Parts: sequence; structure tokens; C-alpha cells
Amino acid sequence: MVVTTSWYLALAAVLFSMGAVGLLTRRNPLIMIMCVELMLNAVNLTFVSLGAELGDLGGQLSVFFVLVVAASEVVVGLAVVVAIMRRRQGATVDDLSVLRG
Amino acid sequence: MLDLVWLVPAFPLAGFLILTFGGRRLGEPTAGWLATGAMAGSFLATAGAFYELAGRDVHDRRSVTTLFEWVPAGDLTVDVGFLADPLSLTMCLFVTGVGALIHLYSIGYMHGDAGFRRFFAYLNLFAFAMLMLVLGDNLLLTFLGWEGVGACSYLLISFWFTDEANASAGKKAFITNRIGDWGFMVAIFMTFATFGTVAYVDVLDTTAAGTVATSTATVIALMLFVGAIGKSAQFPLYLWLPDAMAGPTPVSALIHAATMVTSGIYLLTRVNPIIADAADWVPTLIAWTGAGTALFAATIAVAQRDIKKVLAYSTVSQLGYMFLAVGCGAYVAAVFHMITHAFFKALLFLGSGSVIHGMDGDQDMAHYGGLRRFMPITAGTFVIGWLAIAGVPPFAGFWSKDEILAFAWNESPLLWAVGLVTAVLTAFYMTRLVILTFFGRHRYADPRPDEVDEAWAAALAAADGAVVAAAAALDAAVAASEAGTDEPAAAEAMVAAKAAHEAATIERDLIVAASGERPELPALALYGEPEVGPVADRLPDEVAARSDHHPHESPWTMALPLVVLAVLSVLGGLIQLPFSSATKRLEGWLEPTLFGNEVHLSVGTGTLWVLAALAVAGGAVGIVVAVAAYLQRRVDHSAFEQPILADAWRFDRLVSNFMGGPGRAGFEATANFDSTVVDGAVESVATMVKVEAGLLRRFHNGLVRTYAAGIGVGAVGLVVWFLSRTSF
Amino acid sequence: MAVLATAAGVPFAVLPALLVVPAAGALLVAVLPRRRPELVKLVAVATSMVVAAMTVWLLVAFDVDRGADMQFEFRHSWMTDLGIQWLLAVDGISLFLIVLTGILFPIALLAVDPGHDERAYFAWMLLLEAGVIGVFCAMDLMVFFLCFEVVLVPMYFLIGRWGHENSAYAATKFFLFTMAGSALMLIGILVLAFLHADATGGGLTFDLVELAEAQSLGTTTARWVFLSFALAFAVKVPIFPLHTWLPDAHTEAPTAGSVILAGVLLKLGTYGFLRFGLYLFPEASHFFAPVFLTLGLVGIIYGGVVATMQRDLKRLVAYSSVAHLGFIVLGTFALNTEGIEGGLLQMVNHGVSTAALFLLVGMIYERRHTRRIDELGGLQKSAPILAGVFTLVMLSSIGLPGLNGFVGEFLVLVGTFNAHPWLAVVATGGVVLAALYLLWAYQRVFHGPADGDNAEMPDLKIREGLVLAPLLVLIVAMGVYPKPVLERMEPSVDALVAHIETHVDGFHEPTSRFGADIVVGDGGDDSGDDH
Repeated sequence: MVVTTSWYLALAAVLFSMGAVGLLTRRNPLIMIMCVELMLNAVNLTFVSLGAELGDLGGQLSVFFVLVVAASEVVVGLAVVVAIMRRRQGATVDDLSVLRG
Repeated sequence: MLDLVWLVPAFPLAGFLILTFGGRRLGEPTAGWLATGAMAGSFLATAGAFYELAGRDVHDRRSVTTLFEWVPAGDLTVDVGFLADPLSLTMCLFVTGVGALIHLYSIGYMHGDAGFRRFFAYLNLFAFAMLMLVLGDNLLLTFLGWEGVGACSYLLISFWFTDEANASAGKKAFITNRIGDWGFMVAIFMTFATFGTVAYVDVLDTTAAGTVATSTATVIALMLFVGAIGKSAQFPLYLWLPDAMAGPTPVSALIHAATMVTSGIYLLTRVNPIIADAADWVPTLIAWTGAGTALFAATIAVAQRDIKKVLAYSTVSQLGYMFLAVGCGAYVAAVFHMITHAFFKALLFLGSGSVIHGMDGDQDMAHYGGLRRFMPITAGTFVIGWLAIAGVPPFAGFWSKDEILAFAWNESPLLWAVGLVTAVLTAFYMTRLVILTFFGRHRYADPRPDEVDEAWAAALAAADGAVVAAAAALDAAVAASEAGTDEPAAAEAMVAAKAAHEAATIERDLIVAASGERPELPALALYGEPEVGPVADRLPDEVAARSDHHPHESPWTMALPLVVLAVLSVLGGLIQLPFSSATKRLEGWLEPTLFGNEVHLSVGTGTLWVLAALAVAGGAVGIVVAVAAYLQRRVDHSAFEQPILADAWRFDRLVSNFMGGPGRAGFEATANFDSTVVDGAVESVATMVKVEAGLLRRFHNGLVRTYAAGIGVGAVGLVVWFLSRTSF
Repeated sequence: MAVLATAAGVPFAVLPALLVVPAAGALLVAVLPRRRPELVKLVAVATSMVVAAMTVWLLVAFDVDRGADMQFEFRHSWMTDLGIQWLLAVDGISLFLIVLTGILFPIALLAVDPGHDERAYFAWMLLLEAGVIGVFCAMDLMVFFLCFEVVLVPMYFLIGRWGHENSAYAATKFFLFTMAGSALMLIGILVLAFLHADATGGGLTFDLVELAEAQSLGTTTARWVFLSFALAFAVKVPIFPLHTWLPDAHTEAPTAGSVILAGVLLKLGTYGFLRFGLYLFPEASHFFAPVFLTLGLVGIIYGGVVATMQRDLKRLVAYSSVAHLGFIVLGTFALNTEGIEGGLLQMVNHGVSTAALFLLVGMIYERRHTRRIDELGGLQKSAPILAGVFTLVMLSSIGLPGLNGFVGEFLVLVGTFNAHPWLAVVATGGVVLAALYLLWAYQRVFHGPADGDNAEMPDLKIREGLVLAPLLVLIVAMGVYPKPVLERMEPSVDALVAHIETHVDGFHEPTSRFGADIVVGDGGDDSGDDH
């Protein structure tokens, strides 16, 4: 059984959908951030595998960008979430509607 | 001297400026003498110009003096210039002459008034405006004077402004005049549109030389007539003149008798070529409006009790005669009557002012009577004025009125009949006025209806009080007898108290019955002191105070103008005696301004004598009936004083109700429309934005997962969209 | 490249100076210490006096013989790639509006003290002055638009911070309403410039004279673009039914704000119609003239009727402004020399007399702290000089001949009569309405018995009299001798009318039909009032 590119793509798709479903259904902000990370990494995997198959270096280049953005976003997001969680123990995303219109 | 004709309006203007800015240093009476001096200077300047113009050849009697360019705009060029010709100088003469006399009179009349200086400032400003009106060489300058006299009339009518009635009268005068001014302005526009200029010389010469299209001339003439109706108080724009009597009497004499109200007739006389070119129904309309107004006002004057109101309606009536003359093409007769009317009406008004001054401000003729004993000069001059207005030969009014009636007969016998009936009524009401004021008993000390009512109320109150007191005494006696101390005395006291109570009650009932049956106090107690009945001793103190009152004659500053005007009223007819063209001096003098539009009488001399005789007879009838009714008790005078006449045919009431009712409601509705509908539309835009924002706000609920779901759905949608458009 | 104006011997560029001096003054005032309000007021008044002196000098230096030309031209590049330049010039049409601005601002600044936050107040006023003068002398469309919008901000703050009870609402309404109107104008300007660039093949330009002389828009396009301009001006004038911002803004503004608003700001709209409506779009103006004439007429009558029923004195004067500006619109769209000149003269006249009226009402408010007519009464007894001055200004507003209000009104009506007789006949009825509402208000406020606080109202002070004096002198002088003003306006107006005649097929200036109805001999049957 040869492991082809489609296996990687399928794995990426599965990871992405797991992350998406998790994002939409979980209420703990930390978990939601982890799901977002999962989705981003799934996308990274897609980029790399297709880059390898098509021989295009652009795929790996995009991964760099995504990694950087993900890292900065995690830093900021975790800082905000931790600050909020410290104030209100056990707060879920449903409670945080201060920015409503 | 004719080049200096600008001095004529300049003197009163200077007077106005000095009095306004000269400050309080000019107190009474310097301010009055200054103003009178300005008018006298103006009169002398006019006389000088008059002599120079009269010295010229007949065909050269017109002089235009231009001061400066006023409004140059496009094709329109209007200068400030003066046209000195026979018509304008004649007007100036009597405006300045009578005006100077009235200024002199006012020094005495306004003595002690806090607004003395302001009064003379306004009077001079008025004179300036009137002279600009008359001397202006173009329609726009006349309009400047026209509006100016309207504004000064407003200021002077509401002179004693702390009284709301005076303020309202002034406002009413200005606004009613403005309605007429609307017509005048439209006429000016039409004139400019037709002729390219508004100067009299150009417009009138062009019209006289050629023929203006009938419809154009009709429009111009009609609109000028509308203006004239407003200014000269003809129906239906006469409503302001009776109310204008709220102003001081010199104002009534100057503005509302001699000068301002004659502006309309002056205007129509000035533009006689245009009237000649207008449709035939225009002069007929003018004549009938004049005649109708004359009769209408005369009927009202018959029943008025305020002396100034009688004279006011009399003025409206006499102005109607002048319009009648203009409508019949008798311009000379109109001007003639204008001049004589200025003399005798000013005399009558000033005389009435003298009477009011002597009676300490009382204007109700029911309180007058027998004043000739107290005010001989006033009475004597007033009688002359009366004879003049009643059309008694050889006084001035007879000649002018007779001339108008002759031309009216020439035009239409029906018009003449209306004029004759009016003349009869004029004689009647003026005789009534003279008798009520100067003859008969002096009624000032008579008790008045409200005082008699007060006395009856006092009597009733006293009677009630007596009953109450008696009842109290009775109760006391009853109580005493029940206390049982002194039996026989107490019983006696009780009997006495009962009797007293009965007597008081009977007394009271008698008085109540008498009060219910008392006769109505007559409006005019002409033949003896009114019977007051049993309450004579309960009359309020003012009644007794009045019996000591002695009306006084006026000072010389007031008496002298009266005498001068009386002389003029006697001799005024000399300027236009109808016997031959040599004696018709006014006609000859005014001829250059008439452009041949004066109608020629087509009646024979015999007819003229008959008409004159009928006019005299009519006047005599009026006088005789009035004497019979008011002096000799042979005719019941209340038959003439119908309430509907006293209420001026309810026309004023109708207009006031309309303005205050539907008129005001309409205005109010418009204002509400503005704040609810128009502004509401603006507000609704803002409200719509607010509502929409409220709707859209629901999408922003602040929950992350909703936003995430939105992103998800949107992403899926985008992918589907792109996939559906590509082909594999 | 700056061109120093050397017309008529002017040694310096006066028009840019007229913009820079008040703006610099505003900046200077803004940095002065807050705790010295007298110093702030002194600097501000001094700046406005300098501007006033310059405008008077502008008037004197104006060359009457070259009246139709643009004088004192100043040209400096700004955004060359976009064709925008600092282009300023003056001709007979804008001259007197600039002088009016220069005269009114010192009067407004001297008359009333704001009471609080003097620094900001005077800074905003000076900035407003700069903006207004900019509008009147701008010859580049973008500069015009910039200044047109700039005046909104200071006015908003002036009404909002120093106004009366309902000022926040009034300020917001004024700002949003006026800005909404002019938003479309920006699009119109851009369309005009771009289409012109396409048609001529040259570069983009916003030079007014170039655009107007070229007339490169098609008829329908020009009409649409004209409408976008007209909407902005119609809100500003204001024309019925877009006038409802005016009563609120005038009533709630502080006295000086009302003076400037009524005296100058309203003229931005009417000036805009003349300079940008008629000049840029002659055919569209001629096409839409009946609409604007009717709306002007409605404004005259409607404004007068609504004014009659007002219970607040200031609101009454505000509605009277609607009526007076209706006359100006009427004259402008009569499209003949008398009408346009009358409208232009009325702009100046209205500025003077309504400014005086607002000053007087402000003085009454300062003493009695009420503007409600039913709370005032009998004031002529306690304050006769104030009453006398009020009478003079009121008679000017009514249009009494001999005072300034009459000449302009008369010219407007004469011009309109030559063009559309029946409209003029109805519009003349407006003068009756003017007498009605003003005299009735005067009677209720000044006549009658004085009781309570009304009896103790102090009379006009010397300082107030001095502030009013220039306006009163102008009222009388321009009524008696308007010729110097008219002869400076006329060449530019004539040029404008000729421009319209050139660019509109079949249009001839409606003038008097001199001689048309006069036949020597037989009378014709020409109807005098057709149309």
C-alpha cells in the first residue's frame, strides 16, 4: 500500500473538519483556540503535500506565513483569554458578549 | 426759485432730523415752534415757486428739477427729481399751508404731553413724505411718499401706544394701506414694462400723444385705482379710517382729512391720460365706487355718538365725492373739492379737537351740549365749517359740491341722485353734530346710565342691609324675650322689632319693584335732565363733581388756525366760480396737466341753475329735519339712529371676525403643517435610519460562535459559487 | 506659480490675505491663555477689524470701469495633476458679499460675549470668517467646495456649545441637512470636470471660468449635474421645502451666531446659484427656472404666513428670512438684469437688516431672558430708543421706500414682472404679509402697557448703539443712494445675462416691451399680461 498525496489531503481534511466542528461546538475559549490551531495546521499540511506533489516551492512558503501568523495570533489570543478567565472563573464564550451592537 | 423747489420737502425733513437727533435739549415748546417754522418755510418756498410758475406762459408751466440718480439698474433708471407743475404746486400749497396751521394748533393741543418732541418729529416727517408724494417726478418717488405717509400715519395713530386700542388702530391702518400699495406696485411694474420708464413726463406725454393699448391702460389705471382706494379710504378699504381716530386730533385733521387721504385722488388726476385710454368701465367703476362709498359712509355718520367718528365717516363720504368727480371726468371739480374739503374738514377736526380739549378728553356727544356759551370762538368757526360742508351758499363747500353734482348729472342721473341723497344726509348729520355739541342744554353734569345703575344698586344694597339689620334686631328681641328677664318691655321690644322688620322688607320690595319698572335712560337727554327717580341722592360723587366743570376756550395757538381756516372756508369758493371762464380760475390753472381729458358739460345753464337749487334745497331739508329732531322736539331723533347704522352696517365686524376666525385658523394650520408635515419629513428620515440600524443591530450579538458560524457558512457559499462556475 | 495681483494698483495679494489673516487669527487665539478672556476677545476683534479694513479697501480699489472682469486675481498651484489650484478673484457679484462679511464679523464679535470658553468661541468665529470669504472669492470648484464645507464645522460648534436650550438638536440637524445636500454637489463637480476633460481632450481642470466658457456637457447631463448643485444650494438658501433646519438653527444659536448665519451664511446658497448655477449651467437654469420661481414664490408667501403665527420672536425673524430669500431666488431666476441685480442687492440688504434685527432681539433676550412674545410687552415705554431703532430696522425689513429693503425688492419684482407677470403680481402680496407679521409682533412686544419686568427693562446702552450704528447708517444710505452699489454690480450681472443668452438657444433677456403696446392712432389689442 503506497502512501500517496491523497492520503495526506484526506488527513488534512479530517483534521480541518475536526477543528471546525470543535470551534463551532465547544464553549471553552482555550479549547476554541486549540481548534483554530488545528485548522491552521491542517491547512499547513495541505500546502506542504501539494507543494511536494506539484514541485512548487510556494507551498512551503505559504506555510511560513501561516506559522508566523498563527504564532502571533496565539500569543495575543491566549493573553486576552487568560486575562478574561482570570477575572471570571468558568466563563464560557456565550457569556462574553460585551461587544454586541 | 423753481430750481429751489427741492426746498419744499427739505424744510420738514430738516425739521425731523433736528428734532430726532437734537436731543432732549429741545423741550416743549421749542420743538413745536421749530416744526411749525419748518412748515412755514416750506409754505413760503411753495409760494415762491407758485408765483414763478404762474408768471410763465401757459404752455411752459412745467419744470423738472433732478437731484440725483436713485436706482439705475438695467433698463430702469429712476431719478430723485421734482416736477413742479400746476397740479403739484396746488397740492403743495394747501398741504404746507394747512399743515403749518395744524402744526401751530398742535403746540397748544399737545401741551404737557410727554411725547411732545416725538410728535412734532413725526409730523414733520409726515409732511416731508407727503410733499415727496406730490412733487415727485416719477411713479416710484410718488410711491416713496405714498408709503412714507402710510408709515407716519402708523406712527402717529399709535402715538399713545400704551393703550392697546391705539396700537391696534395704527397696525390696522398700515396693513389696510398696504393692500392698496400692492395695487400701486403692480401698476408701476406694468408701467415700466410698457413704457420702459416711470417718469411722469415721459409716460404722460407718450400716452397723450398716441394711444396706449386699451387692455394695458386698463390694467394700469385699475391697479392705481386699487392703490387709491386703500389710501383714500373707499369701500372696502375704508375700515382703517374710523379706527384711526385713536390718534391725537391734529393727526386726524392733517393726515386723515386734509392731506394723506387725498393722495389717491391726486394720483388719479395725475395719470388722467392713462384713465382716458382705459376701457370705459374703469371711470364708471371709479365713479360708482365713490358715490356708493359716499352714501354708505353718510348713513353711518348719522348714528355715531363719538364726535370724531362722525367726522371720520364724513371724510370717507366727502372723499367718495372726489372719486365720483374723477370717475365723471371732472378732474378740476375733484381738485376743487379737495381744496375746499381741506379747509373746512381741517377746521371741523381742529374745532372738535378744541372741544375735546375743553371737555378734558371726552369725545361722547351725549355729554356735550350748549358749548357755544363756553367756547365762542370754537363755536363760531365750527358753524362756518358746518355751513361749508352742508353746502350752504356762498360758503366754499357749496361751490365745489355743486360742481361735482353737475358733472354727475352729466354722466348719469342716477349718480346725481345718489350724490344728492348723500348731500341731504351730510347736511343732516353735520347739523345734528353742531346742535348736539354747541346748542341745547349742557348735558355734562347729567347722570349717566352706568351711574344710575350704580345708584340703584346702592339703594338696593341699602334696603337689603336695612332688612338684615331689622332681622338681627328681631332676633335679638326674640332672644331677650326668651331669656325672660323683663317680660312686658321685652314683649314691647319684640313687637316693635317685628314691625320694623316688616317695614324694612316692604320698603325693600318697593325699591326692587321700582328698579324693575324704571324707565330706560334716554341716550340723549335733549330737553331736560333725565328723571332718575328715588335714587337721586345715591348717585356717585363724580356726578356732583361734574356740575362744577366749566369747559374752557382754547389758547390762541389753537384758536388762530381755526379763524384762518374759517376765513378760507368762506372765501375758498372764489377760485372756481362757475359763472364764466374768467371766474373758473382753477380750471384755467390746471389745464396743462389735464391733457384735454376734462369732460365738458353738455348740460345747459338753465339745468345747472335747477341742479344748484335742488342741491341747496336738499341741504336745507337736511338741516331742517335735524333741527326739528334735535332742537325742537318735533321729530323723534332715535328713528334716525338705528343700531345697524351705529354698528357701521356690521362690515367691520364681519372683517374682524373673518380675520380672527377662519383667517387666523388658516394661518395656524399652515404653521402646524410646517412643523408636523414638512419638518416631520426631515425627522422621519432620521427616524428611518434609526429603525434600520435597530434592525441590523440584531446581527451583532457579540457571541463569537455566531460570527464563526457566519464565517463558515459564507466560506462554504463562496466555494460552492466558484465551483459552480468552473468547468472541469 | 503665484501671480501677485496688480490690478488697480493693489500692492499686495489681498484675496489670499483675506483668507490667511482670519485663519491665522483663529490659530493665534487658540493658543492664547485660557484665563485671559479679555485678551482673547481683543485679539479676535482686532483680527476681524483688520479683515474689515481690507474688505473696505477692496471695495475702494475695485475698478468700476472694468466691472465685468475678474479683478484681484490670485493663482497658485495646489494639486497640478488633478487640475486643482488656489484660484481666487472678485467681480461685481462677489464684491459686496465680501464687504458685507468683513463688516458683519466685527459687529457680531463686539456685540455679544459668549460667557464661557472664549478661546474656542473666537477661534471658531475667525475660522468661519475665513471659510466664508473663501467661498465668495473662490474661482476653482474644489476650493469652493472645500470652503463651502469648512463653514459647517465652526457653525456646528458655535450653535452646539454656546447656544440655547435645544442647541444640540439644532446643530446636528443643521450640519447633517446641509452636508447631505452638498454631498451630491461633490459628485456633480467631479462629473463636470471629468466630462469636460474628456470632451476637450485636455487635462483635468476645475477652473470655473474655463468650465463655464467651454460648456462641454450635453443638455441632459448638464441638467442632472445642475440639479446636484442646485440641491446643495437649495438647502443652504433655504428653499421650501428644505427650509426646516433654519428656524431651529437660528433660534438656538447664540446671538452672534444668528447674526452671521442670517447675514452671511444664507447668502452662500444664493451666491452659489448665481455663480455656479446660472454661470456654469445656463441652459439648465433656464429649463428649471419655472420650478425655482415657483418655489421662491411659495417661500415668500409660506414663510410670511408661518412667521405670523410664531410665538418665539427669534423664530419669527427666522421665518421672515425664508420669505426674504424667496424674493432673492425669484429675482435670480427671472434671468434678466433687473431681477438678478435686485436679488444680489437684496442679499446685501437682507444681511444688513436681518443682522440688525437679530442683534436687537439678542439685546432684548439679554435683558429679559425670554424670547417669547407673550411674555414681553410695552417695551416702548421702558426702552424708547431701542424701540425706535427696532422700528427703523423693522420698516427696512418691511420694504419701506427710502430704506434699503425697498430697492432690492422692487428690482426683483420689476425683473420678475418682465419675465413672468403673474408670479410678480402674487409675489407682491408678500409685502402685505411682511407688514402683517412684523407689525403684529411689534405691537405685542413694544406697544401696550408695560408691567412687571417689562417696565424695568433698561434702554439701549452706548456700546450697543455704537455696534448697531454702522448697520443703521447702511440701512438709510443704501435706501437713499444705492447707485454706487448698483453701478458696481451691474457690469458683472450684464455679463452673466449675456453669457446665458449666448449659450441658450432662443433665449432673450426678458425686458420691458417698450413701445410694444403703444400705437399712434389706433389702439391695438395686445394683452398686457400674457404668459
